[in-house]
Amino acid sequence: MSAPSTFRFCARLVRRQLVLAVRRPLEIGNPLLFFAMVVALFPLGLGPAPDQLARFAPGILWIIALLANLLSSDAVFRSDFDDGSLEQLLLAPQPLYAAALSYIFAHWLITGVLLALVSPLFAGMLGLPGNAMLTLALSLLLGSGVLSLIGGIGASLTVGLKRGGMLISLLILPFYMPVLIFGSAAVQAAVTGADAGPYLAILGAMLSLAIALAPLAIAAGLRISVDA
Amino acid sequence: MSSATAGETLLAAQSLSLERGGRQLFEDLSFAVRAGQLIQIDGANGAGKTSLLRILAGLSRYGFEGNITRQSSLLYLGHQAGVKQLLTPRENLAWHAAGEGEYANADIEQALAHVGLTGYEDVSSHTLSAGQHRRVNLARLYLSNSPLWLLDEPFAAIDQKGVAELERLMVKHVSAGGAVIITSHQSLQVSYPLSHLSLSAGLQ
Repeated sequence: MSAPSTFRFCARLVRRQLVLAVRRPLEIGNPLLFFAMVVALFPLGLGPAPDQLARFAPGILWIIALLANLLSSDAVFRSDFDDGSLEQLLLAPQPLYAAALSYIFAHWLITGVLLALVSPLFAGMLGLPGNAMLTLALSLLLGSGVLSLIGGIGASLTVGLKRGGMLISLLILPFYMPVLIFGSAAVQAAVTGADAGPYLAILGAMLSLAIALAPLAIAAGLRISVDA
Repeated sequence: MSSATAGETLLAAQSLSLERGGRQLFEDLSFAVRAGQLIQIDGANGAGKTSLLRILAGLSRYGFEGNITRQSSLLYLGHQAGVKQLLTPRENLAWHAAGEGEYANADIEQALAHVGLTGYEDVSSHTLSAGQHRRVNLARLYLSNSPLWLLDEPFAAIDQKGVAELERLMVKHVSAGGAVIITSHQSLQVSYPLSHLSLSAGLQ
């Protein structure tokens, strides 16, 4: 019985996080419900004119996705910190970088991927043209990965605080901005018939950079939080 | 249970000093933990036992002076049970965040049987009591193959029979070439030479 390889350990962590999420369906449902509520409110606030709604739809959808992600990122490490699992994770012989990436991957699966998959439905409610649906889903898929990774940094730094919710927003919102700009620009481009490829490529580049660097910051943040 | 040969140094601490809230908890504390040693850390509440254990485990990395050399893998059991309410005891052990090993189902059942949780393997942990949570955590000791155990108040919320069982397990572990550092306010009833680590006077 030796320690499992890093890959097997990470697969185990992802599975553990997913099982935990499935047993707490409210936590999976919350971002989706939030998304649905805000999308339903916009026609009431802006007026039901379809062309006007369609014009704002790319920005609206991306802002809601961003806020939904922001709301859920606080909880990534919270319960593990509260019950002592986080201490044990830090003592694991496997690299913390990989463990942090696994946690974020699981978080991305239950928030970002899920949102991206149902986003065409909500986009339809706002009258987004059909040809932009695929771009919307793709941009959300890439962008939410970046959001989860950045959110993880904030979560790791604030997990030791009793009320870190506000602080985490202040910490990570500035880093969310580029994702929002290029994400909504990609959808906007698709709406006007322009090529969305370059925007998606930039989102992909952001994701690559975040995958490379964010787990380092998350690992350091977790060590500091558990130490304090 | 472990591969360490007797007498081998598993962990060495050199001139550890820690100050918390303007109080010097310990100063210039040096000791070596060898295979076969059963060490109890002495001290009143707030003396710095837990802080020392966390430093030894590597959870506290800042705010203290001195060096720690770790020569072996270790198992640390802290105040918190590290048991997920939404997972069953079996899942808690199989997918434990400590990443110490991969255990067969039979091993897990045996470990849970040792801590008296037969029949509770597959019930959700939130139906278990605080003491049973601690027992799930203690089951890790039966599965562990780390030579060095750092146990912070392992007897808390454990009944007398469980304490005796745990003491037997620790003696078995150190006899097989492991080492145990334990903080406890109870005096250990063990038939094994017990070393005492005093935060002011060092290892005795």
